[in-house]
Amino acid sequence: MEDGSILEVENVTKWFGGVAAIITVSFSLQRGELLGVIGPNGSGKTTLVNLLTGFVKPDSGKVIYQGKDIAGQQPYKVAALGIARTFQMAKPFYQLSAFKNLIIPLYSPRVKKLRGGKYGNRDDVAIDLLEDVGFERDSFVPYKVASSLPHGYLKRLELARCLALRPDLLILDELFSGMSMSEVAGTLPIIEKLNTEGLSIIMVEHRLKELFRIAHRVMVLNFGAKVVDGSPRQVMDSDAVKAAYLGDEDEG
Amino acid sequence: MRYRKERLDRGIKVRCDDVFALSSYREVLYLAMPKVLPVAILLIFPLLKGVVGLYYEKALVITCAISLLALSWDLMASVGLISLGQALFFGAGAYLTGYLNYAFKLSPILTIPLGTIGGALFSTFLLLPVLRLRGVYFAIVTLTLPLLLGRFIDTTKILGGGEGISGLSPLPNLWFELYVAIFAMLVCLFGFRRLINQDYGLVLQGIRDNDRAVMSGAINIYRFKVEAVFIAGLAGSFAGAFMTHYYQFVGIPAFAMDYSIVPLTAAVLGGPGTFAGSVIGAFILVPLSEALRGFGTLRVVFYSAILIICVVGLPEGIFHYMRRKYHQFERRREIG
Repeated sequence: MEDGSILEVENVTKWFGGVAAIITVSFSLQRGELLGVIGPNGSGKTTLVNLLTGFVKPDSGKVIYQGKDIAGQQPYKVAALGIARTFQMAKPFYQLSAFKNLIIPLYSPRVKKLRGGKYGNRDDVAIDLLEDVGFERDSFVPYKVASSLPHGYLKRLELARCLALRPDLLILDELFSGMSMSEVAGTLPIIEKLNTEGLSIIMVEHRLKELFRIAHRVMVLNFGAKVVDGSPRQVMDSDAVKAAYLGDEDEG
Repeated sequence: MRYRKERLDRGIKVRCDDVFALSSYREVLYLAMPKVLPVAILLIFPLLKGVVGLYYEKALVITCAISLLALSWDLMASVGLISLGQALFFGAGAYLTGYLNYAFKLSPILTIPLGTIGGALFSTFLLLPVLRLRGVYFAIVTLTLPLLLGRFIDTTKILGGGEGISGLSPLPNLWFELYVAIFAMLVCLFGFRRLINQDYGLVLQGIRDNDRAVMSGAINIYRFKVEAVFIAGLAGSFAGAFMTHYYQFVGIPAFAMDYSIVPLTAAVLGGPGTFAGSVIGAFILVPLSEALRGFGTLRVVFYSAILIICVVGLPEGIFHYMRRKYHQFERRREIG
């Protein structure tokens, strides 16, 4: 883990009408850290992701990314700064092949700049990315229309779409939801590898077993507020977490 | 014994979908035919005045104008912008061209390009605030804009008011009319088809499928939408600019619903998303409507009935159907 924080969230609050989706949540993320975010359904996890990536404007508070306040910036500007996110519902570009799905982020100004203003062999880049997330390189799968791919592939395509941006911070919004056990087992090492290569990751997840195995730190949300923030062991032993999950709430 | 239909791609289609591995003149013909044949027919058609008569030669010009509007509709639909108001482009181009010709006595060689670019700029500017809307909300605004402009001209009596501007310069001759219209339509058709398969076009299609994912791909979708509307506006305004000199008149009918609805119907009938479908649709609808003129008022009944049959029978669109039949053969196969 390198030193220094990549992301500082200070007292972020978001109201939807009369409902507080996120109440004065603060946390920081170190470079190269893998932070897990858990919480029951409706606890504000996805809203938090939307706040960090510009899809929702916070009512108050700051989101400081690499020293700059990015709260309320347009999503494409946030992405151009190097924050990539997946969506909970895998919605690829259905009428395009998996391969062409990746051409779109690769066309962005950020990638062009990173690659020195020229594309080079962009096709190779796209196919390498697909291979990285577990598409079979020498098969027809990358060239099939996305609408005909199984759900597990679509989720991994989401991941590849993020990696195409060469992000500095990756936010995964329930990447494992809807994946089979074997697909999760296949995807987990990919995320671990990205993290050991130095990528900072925030992982919103319902699959606690897998998350606790790879996360450095876990934050628990309940009713939009931060309940606990600590090592996986601390979180597992916390009474507040047990109350949030096992009290009279449904397990998410 | 039960059967089921089995569809198989022709071998050459499988081999040539992306890679052009040509080995014989038959394969070259097979691949080139769908493009070369219609283009050849179009280019020869103006020469057949003695056979088809002046009436249908003139109908071809209108068909090309409607094709341009349908192409422009299809391009906007490719970005997920469903428009019910192609008449906005048509009218903007038409009025600007007419005014330039009337007020400054510019020749059509100048007014048509100026009207095309100016009309596209004007309509894009009008649509700027609503480009953030999606689906039916965008559609409603586009539906009202041309009606609003038409009524505005009518009541304020600017630009000729309800009577319009007549006595505009004619186009040089029939040859010019026919070939410019055909040429513009072909340029748009093949240009758009090429554009949509380029990286730029992939971004446009991405916005249609999932605009949030494109945004999170660090791409400013607003800019792409504006550019797409401008390009679509060029095609639509050219149709308006050209028809103004063709009719030597511009008036409120330039903003009429016909120019919104017929192109949309053509695109849906032909198969949206392919551009060729839009053109095929226009080339069915407009001549059909002319041919049915003999039925007098019953014309609309026949016209509507044919339309309903087509849309119910071929919901995928005529072009998709034709393409499938061309590239695949079907056979019955026993099961069980």
